[in-house]
Amino acid sequence: MEPFLTLTGLVAPIDRANVDTDAIIPKQFLKSIKRSGFGPNLFDAWRYLDHGEPGMDNATRRINPDFVLNEPRYRGAQVLLARRNFGCGSSREHAPWALADYGFRALIAPSYADIFFNNCYKNGLLPIVLSESQVDLLFGAVNAFPGFKLTIDLERQQVAAPDESMVFHFDAEPFRKHCLLHGLDDIGLTLQHADAVRAFEARRLAEQPWLI
Amino acid sequence: MPKLARTLYDKLWDAHVVRAEADGTVLLYIDRHLVHEVTSPQAYEGLRLAGRRPWRTGSIVATADHNTPTTDWDDGIRDPISRTQVETLDANIGATGAKAYFPFRDKRQGIVHVIGPEQGATLPGMTVVCGDSHTSTHGAFAALAFGIGTSEVEHVLATQCLLTRKAKSMRVRADGRLPAGVTAKDLALAVIGRIGTAGGTGHAIEFSGSAVEALSMEGRMTLCNMAIEAGARAGMVAVDDKTIEYLRGRPFAPAPELWDRAVAQWRALASDDGASFDEVVALDASALAPQVTWGTSPEMVVSIEGRVPDPDRERDAARREGLERALTYMGLAPNTPMTDVHVDKVFIGSCTNSRIEDLRAAAAVARGRRVASSVRQALVVPGSGLVKAQAEREGLDRIFRDAGFEWREPGCSMCLAMNDDRLEPGERCASTSNRNFEGRQGAGGRTHLVSPAMAAAAAIMGHFVDVRRLA
Ligand code: SF4
Repeated sequence: MEPFLTLTGLVAPIDRANVDTDAIIPKQFLKSIKRSGFGPNLFDAWRYLDHGEPGMDNATRRINPDFVLNEPRYRGAQVLLARRNFGCGSSREHAPWALADYGFRALIAPSYADIFFNNCYKNGLLPIVLSESQVDLLFGAVNAFPGFKLTIDLERQQVAAPDESMVFHFDAEPFRKHCLLHGLDDIGLTLQHADAVRAFEARRLAEQPWLI
Repeated sequence: MPKLARTLYDKLWDAHVVRAEADGTVLLYIDRHLVHEVTSPQAYEGLRLAGRRPWRTGSIVATADHNTPTTDWDDGIRDPISRTQVETLDANIGATGAKAYFPFRDKRQGIVHVIGPEQGATLPGMTVVCGDSHTSTHGAFAALAFGIGTSEVEHVLATQCLLTRKAKSMRVRADGRLPAGVTAKDLALAVIGRIGTAGGTGHAIEFSGSAVEALSMEGRMTLCNMAIEAGARAGMVAVDDKTIEYLRGRPFAPAPELWDRAVAQWRALASDDGASFDEVVALDASALAPQVTWGTSPEMVVSIEGRVPDPDRERDAARREGLERALTYMGLAPNTPMTDVHVDKVFIGSCTNSRIEDLRAAAAVARGRRVASSVRQALVVPGSGLVKAQAEREGLDRIFRDAGFEWREPGCSMCLAMNDDRLEPGERCASTSNRNFEGRQGAGGRTHLVSPAMAAAAAIMGHFVDVRRLA
């Protein structure tokens, strides 16, 4: 996994609550057995006017000019600003895969669904939680100033406007933060404790042999 | 010193902690790993690329369900991309092994959350994970069951553990008797209507109270299934006699010589008296009517006696906009009585409501009646091959067919429309599934979530109706 240290990136807003993972990446794209290539179908049903299917040439599809990510001013955005309960619904990791493949590196919202939140961390995508009022301020700034960027510093757990007119602190669990900062692979870390797992397992299966 | 009173969730959690980091991150041992074709290929590939093998194949129970067709099984899976995904699962399980695999066309194949309990592969006291959010279903057996992403599927395959943190606890207490015609599905929708789709975020919910105790295991599964739609990480119900009787004699239940020992341990799987919860929600089950969703989120729900809400009455601007957007998508006018809403299709199935009891409830409504001529299609999709066989033994298939329903092969089907079963743009559906998100059952499709009896009643009348008036 790519480490996440600091990022200064263009911010794009999705101004609705409860954006579900079906909306982030519709089910027809879940048939893929790969982890990559989902970016062009991120928010497919909102982004295009025609119905998308896997294998289509997305470059020839009809773009929905009213969808926010299609506005030229948000081209190349790396930070997605969203509303509460972002990523609810299905556990599909294809949602963070699609967001990351599109180019997003960080998300900012007042809250996320649990599974989605976890899945982001596993893919080097930083889901930042700010308060409703801070998120409101950021929506105001994004709408008011084309080209609005934010600098995110994971080490200092800070989101800041480049002119420092807004500086917000965010929480990050120390363990996850450590893994993301160093791009550590969870599985490798866990396997350092393989003996503890084996001992635990042996005891458990002896006590409850029906689990075997 | 008296021991601290613990919740069921505390007990399940404590029993699986291998080690804990200083910040509260825990290595949690996983007893049962359910696997299906959509969220596993990338995990197996990752494992292979790293030169790893599954840690304990005896924990794995696998099936193909999301992509499989529900008709013409002899023709195989026609969509080549779906077929590749199912064949990839065949190959992965073939190469590395599992405790049980029910491939496409096996007579025990079905929706992963239906077959786990049906096979006795879900047992009290277990941790159960699956790359699927509705894994919460298995909590009905006093198991700690929750959905995970594909990276975590790989992590569990490789290490038999997950890195995770304990959630907060919530008790949802439903006391009183559910009125006749009001089911576990209605209770689940009412809970979500009350606390909202993010109401349970960060929490593990324990359902309790006399109304929950009175539910069958099927009903408890329906309730726990929908816990994720309230945002909860897990849903669960304590062990009682019903739990134990349901499991007796199932293929993967403890062998006879271990049975009594297992039961003795399972009996302790309930919250202690005096255990405290971070949140408590109480509901009077006896006051509930059948529920119908009107919008594009499960929290957008009213009783069948209610009306489509009026955005003009919503003061909060953001909420008003959300309501308006949902009404536009759903093609509904404010203040329309729910009983005036007509349906084009009906879907009875999904891991929420495709078990034998659900099919019986729907058949009881369909018996001797006809699907309204305005309804284009009414599907009944059993949750598993064994549910289908049982229903056929009871003659339910005849009742459905005689009434004009289509009787299909098992699978996820029109719950998420990855196969050919789907809504066309603008079509309106009475569905027993769990999500009414935009496009969930097909691009542009409009989903109303209801119980099996209510879905059958909508099929017969061509519009929503209080099933209690049909009796
Ligand atoms: S029936 Fe629907 S909700 Fe259940 S596992 Fe299948 S797709 Fe998911």
